Amino acid sequence: MKSLSEKGVRRILMAVAFSAISALLLITLFIINEGVPFIFKYGVGNFLFSSDWHPQQMKFGIFPMITASLWVTFGAMLLGAPLGVAVALFLSEYVPRPIMRIIKPTIELLAAIPSVVYGFIGVIVLAPLIRNYLGGPGLSLLSGSIILGIMILPTVISISIDSILAVPQSYREGSLALGATTWQTINMVTVKASKSGIIASIILGLGRAIGETMAVIMVAGNSVNMPHSALDSVRTLTANIALEMSYATGLHRQALFATGVVLFVGIIILNSIASIALRKRMVKG
Amino acid sequence: MMRLNPRYVQRGAVFVLGGATVLTLLILIFIIFFILEKGLPVLTLNFLTGNPEDLGRKGGIFPAIIGSIILPLLAILIATPLGIFTSVYLSEYTRESKLTRLIRFGTDCLAGIPSIIFGLFGYIFFVITLEMGWSILSGALTLAVMILPTIIRTSEEAIRAVPKTYREVSFSLGATGWQTVKKVILPNALPGIVTGIMLSIGRSIGETAAVIFTAGSSLRLPTSIFDSTRTMAVHFYILAREGISQENAYGTAATLIIAVLLVNLTAYWLMNRFIAKRRS
Repeated sequence: MKSLSEKGVRRILMAVAFSAISALLLITLFIINEGVPFIFKYGVGNFLFSSDWHPQQMKFGIFPMITASLWVTFGAMLLGAPLGVAVALFLSEYVPRPIMRIIKPTIELLAAIPSVVYGFIGVIVLAPLIRNYLGGPGLSLLSGSIILGIMILPTVISISIDSILAVPQSYREGSLALGATTWQTINMVTVKASKSGIIASIILGLGRAIGETMAVIMVAGNSVNMPHSALDSVRTLTANIALEMSYATGLHRQALFATGVVLFVGIIILNSIASIALRKRMVKG
Repeated sequence: MMRLNPRYVQRGAVFVLGGATVLTLLILIFIIFFILEKGLPVLTLNFLTGNPEDLGRKGGIFPAIIGSIILPLLAILIATPLGIFTSVYLSEYTRESKLTRLIRFGTDCLAGIPSIIFGLFGYIFFVITLEMGWSILSGALTLAVMILPTIIRTSEEAIRAVPKTYREVSFSLGATGWQTVKKVILPNALPGIVTGIMLSIGRSIGETAAVIFTAGSSLRLPTSIFDSTRTMAVHFYILAREGISQENAYGTAATLIIAVLLVNLTAYWLMNRFIAKRRS
């Protein structure tokens, strides 16, 4: 009796353990099923590389959205990556551990602030500043990049800190014993040894930025135009889905799911690169 | 090339890196204080307990508060058993193998999927295919899938942190694997598991994209889980984006921020207590 129930428990647990991967499969299946047939019917080239997005006239080209998503994400990285890595280095190498243990979770609170609140701050505070001092409509690629750059900070900082702290203390001691300053040690030893973890943190941040929706809808302006400058109003892939999903039907809805497929594929690629980089770190460490 | 004196470079580095840290903290403090300063004056008892009038231009946000409590709670009720059982299986019932690597890979992938994709999926699967409509149930199921990876990861870490000797003692007393899990491992891992649950609640409360397409945005007080509801995050988004009421948007944002901060601070407090206990 005892051994039988033990076997039963094992079976139930094993079945439950597949819940996450089944959910992933279901999501992939349903998004693909709803979006991919449309892409082939409409033509891969037409869908991905045409700039005509006029759902009423059955024109569905998402090239401006792909471009906008890439630029906004790139902009977010220009701000978020150096700032995040700098904070991670300061907290792990210069600040005493007890203080770091207070500041790190405080900074991680940035991740807890809802994305709609970031969007709102972008609209109320950032966009007017950009409009008044740099020109343009304010709600723009630049404001989207800055808000996203801030939003990826917690991801970049906490994963970078973890990988920097994983560098053996003896490396640092060796460098300091040779007469190097703390900065020389960071620059020549610590950063090199934790490089793949830092890169992974940035890629995961990129994944977060390219997938972010509500904040970007609020601050980036949402015009379907190829961006010519950082002050132009742009619409990202995510914004395209969320803005039109509530009233789309038929082909239009399929086109939005197809936009989701493009986003999905992009993110899976980014995350696979990040997980390879993180695994490399673990093998090395 | 001129070589800079390493001492000056060192000072410059401290200045730049420290400046970056101060800047990041200032951004966080600014966001919180900005919202609270504008929103707190709006927060009256009437605002918190009243029904919205005129699309939210006037009145309170009571139904949205209820929505923001029910939806995350139901999501947690669904995701927690799945997450804990998965982590028990991964850490106690199997060795590292291709299968566990597959499960971990799936969990990692799920964690990286953006919320708008969860929204699309929840809409086409729960709302349309399973005919649940825009409802609390559709929204909660979508949120449950979204937070599952967090719960699996934090539970697994908490379970792995339970000392091996505890298990050995339990087994030597003749307990079965499941008895050991139930009586020894889970109670000891509880604070860590609860931390993961709190973080997931925090994320669910702030979530908008996945909720708006699955739970809808009805302003009526829901009477069953098959009713549509509007969470505070969705309400705030609609108020702010459609320019309905700046004042009530601030009030809603302040309530939202306070709720999220409380949940997260509780999570950190639990985590610290857990770590302190493990050290002693």
